[in-house]
Amino acid sequence: MSEQVEQISQLVLEGQHDENQYLTFMMADEEYGMNILAVQEIRGWEDVTAIPNAPSFVKGAINLRGTIVPIIDLRLRFGLADNDYGPLTVVIVVAVEINGQNKVMGIVVDAVSDVYSISEEQAKDVPDFQDSDNAEFVHGLVNVGEKMVVLLNLESVLNL
Amino acid sequence: MSIDLSQFFEVFFEESFEGLDAMEAELLNLEPGNEDMETINTIFRAAHSIKGGSGTFGFSSVSDFTHVLETLLDQIRDGQRALTAEHVNFLLKSVDCLRGMLTALQAEQEPDLTEANEIRQRFEVILGMAEDTSTTFDLAEETLNENTYQVDFKPYPHLFKTGNEPLYMISELAELGELETQVFFDAVPDINSLNAEECFLAWRFFLTTDKPVSAIAEIFEWVEDDSDIEITICGGLFDTGLADADADADADDVVEESSPRIEALPDKKENSMEQTDTSINKPQINSPAKNTDTKKASDSSATSIRVGIDKVDSLINMVGELVITQAMLSQIGEQDVTETTITALQEGLAQLAHNTRDLQENVMRIRMLPISFVFSRFPRLVRDISQKLNKQVELKLLGEQTELDKTVMEKISDPMVHLVRNSLDHGLETPEQRVAAGKDPMGTVTLNAFHQGGNIVIEIMDDGQGLNTEKIRSKAIANGLIQESDELSPDEINELIFMPGFSTSDEVSDISGRGVGMDVVRRNIQALNGSVEVASAPGVGSTFTIRLPLTLAILDGQLVRVAQHTYIIPLISIVESLQIDISKVSRVGKDLDVLRLRDEYIPILRLYNIFNHDGAIEELDKTLLVVVESDNHKVGLLVDDLLAQQQVVIKSLEANYQKVDGISGATILGDGRVSLIIDISGLIKLSGLKRPGSQELVVEQKSAGAA
Repeated sequence: MSEQVEQISQLVLEGQHDENQYLTFMMADEEYGMNILAVQEIRGWEDVTAIPNAPSFVKGAINLRGTIVPIIDLRLRFGLADNDYGPLTVVIVVAVEINGQNKVMGIVVDAVSDVYSISEEQAKDVPDFQDSDNAEFVHGLVNVGEKMVVLLNLESVLNL
Repeated sequence: MSIDLSQFFEVFFEESFEGLDAMEAELLNLEPGNEDMETINTIFRAAHSIKGGSGTFGFSSVSDFTHVLETLLDQIRDGQRALTAEHVNFLLKSVDCLRGMLTALQAEQEPDLTEANEIRQRFEVILGMAEDTSTTFDLAEETLNENTYQVDFKPYPHLFKTGNEPLYMISELAELGELETQVFFDAVPDINSLNAEECFLAWRFFLTTDKPVSAIAEIFEWVEDDSDIEITICGGLFDTGLADADADADADDVVEESSPRIEALPDKKENSMEQTDTSINKPQINSPAKNTDTKKASDSSATSIRVGIDKVDSLINMVGELVITQAMLSQIGEQDVTETTITALQEGLAQLAHNTRDLQENVMRIRMLPISFVFSRFPRLVRDISQKLNKQVELKLLGEQTELDKTVMEKISDPMVHLVRNSLDHGLETPEQRVAAGKDPMGTVTLNAFHQGGNIVIEIMDDGQGLNTEKIRSKAIANGLIQESDELSPDEINELIFMPGFSTSDEVSDISGRGVGMDVVRRNIQALNGSVEVASAPGVGSTFTIRLPLTLAILDGQLVRVAQHTYIIPLISIVESLQIDISKVSRVGKDLDVLRLRDEYIPILRLYNIFNHDGAIEELDKTLLVVVESDNHKVGLLVDDLLAQQQVVIKSLEANYQKVDGISGATILGDGRVSLIIDISGLIKLSGLKRPGSQELVVEQKSAGAA
């Protein structure tokens, strides 16, 4: 644990002006990243209140200290097979600006993974997915060591 | 010394709007020929505060305009001029004009000065000084190239006591241009008799500036009554050939006009009279100027609320109580658990509940304002419209002290204006017609507000001709709202005026009759969870009744269970809840069940169907039916079970998500879970039930996806 913290602080120290930090999480054995500045908090899964006639990826709403926060299942949003929610299922609460309004939403992912500093140059490497529905969700792809991380464009992911 | 004045703008605008409201109210009280000095003084003071404030903040268009107004008021006050009805009309017009200018300035836009200039010219004609001032202003405009002014400033000894500091004015002068200062201290007495609190100095300034003379006069605006000020022109840099004497003579006139001596000016302290009023600030009614960015205007109207000190004091008291109770509880918590401590704990908790409830009520009270803030705009409106229509109208205001939530108040005012206009235009007859009908030629419009069981009721009554049911019926048939064959009771026909696109006025006037009225009124009121009804008797008059919840933030709700989900139905819309007698249910169309309840047929809406929930009880005889009413339109909602009734705090679902059809908001239950509040009229729309002007409800073909 402390090693990890050290690693992270190392990364913070190394972080330069054109570098952004990304929080990564796992979903169906793939690693995705989002700008860490958007992350408000990370919570365990809890029961939600269903919203009538909402799309399937909107699981419902929770009470986050007095604010009503909708919960989005990212697997369903991306059209992946859904997963049972267990004690390890994690909800990342993010704040995004959608159409000029600040919204706080929760997204359900399999597990939280790591924090990386990634420069904007590296992230810009977006392959051409012309025929994919999910292309607009991707901000860029980046290699971290052996792994490939998909950086998400949260604004469009959460623009329901 | 440069203070950022913009931070005070909001306060200035707020106070100015208040001043204008006061002026308007007092002007309406004025009776030409029988005017009350105190009333005129109040109007004068309000005008003077606005002039002073706008001058300080550099809104010269406003201060110039108010100046003329003030001159007229001053003459009336001094008895030099008799007040006429024409004056009152002009003064009222100028109040509107000022309001428009201030609204524009508040939205950081250039005010439209055409109207202001027009009114000002007419005032000047009245004042008989049209020529004088026009030259003044020409001069003021023309002095854009550099001129050297000689300013003689001789404060009266009491200057310091009025809180004015000449040094600031001098440095302000220095900002205008190149300044040369001479000070005269010959009036300073010897040290023994010197009173340090008095001013014995006098100054002569030579200022070279490209600013007009008014900019200089503005600096001395606040001290013009506490000093002798003389501003004279010494000839510009480029036309030094101009004889000083001539320029002086010209400029003397300028000074006379741009800084009048108002001898009888009441002490400035009196201006604060309006501010000592502890009642809450009026919601700013920003009569939207045509070119005003309405969004901005509405934003600014939501910024502040003035709260009476008594309300704040009682809040502080409550919080004190709360702290004491908390201390008591934590003390009990530290003791060993015995039977006595448990009893004490229970007592403490009861007290805590009591404190919390009190606190809640008091916090709510802060947002409550007397409805007189809305009512106060009607005397003017009624006066203007009745003059335009040549009708004689008396306006009665009742229950002005009834309090309601500020947000509700802001939103109710436009629908009310609409209803009052309608009463004046359509409801009341002309004096001749009234005499012919054996009535007093003076018609009466009554606005009445009162509380009734957690709601506020506002009635708008007129003693006019009542609604013309025949005309409404034929119009509705012509518009295709109802069929010729439909038999409707008079009440049902009167209901039709709330249908979209309905207007009975034969001629479209600029007051009403464009047919975009009543349905918008109803929609706006429903958006506040309220309702509007009309009752009318031919020849006797009509009454519009608006019912509103006291506050938008809290609602009495009935918790219901549908499958495993808990929903909240607003208690105000529930008519009754019952078990379904299966023998009285009949099936209409493909999938609509209708329950015969006494004389009515109630369509049954299956909530689980509309909201797409699985696992609910589907057999009608095992469920409960909650009969709700919206728009005079009753439906039954099928629920699995009725749970508790409780007050719920309304939270926005839209803030972080989006609008959900059939849901008006969300709340948090005692266990911390979210529960959604059902929006009855939205739900009826969502269910596809339709009502084409008759009692019958038909099922719209639902799309296969929704079924």
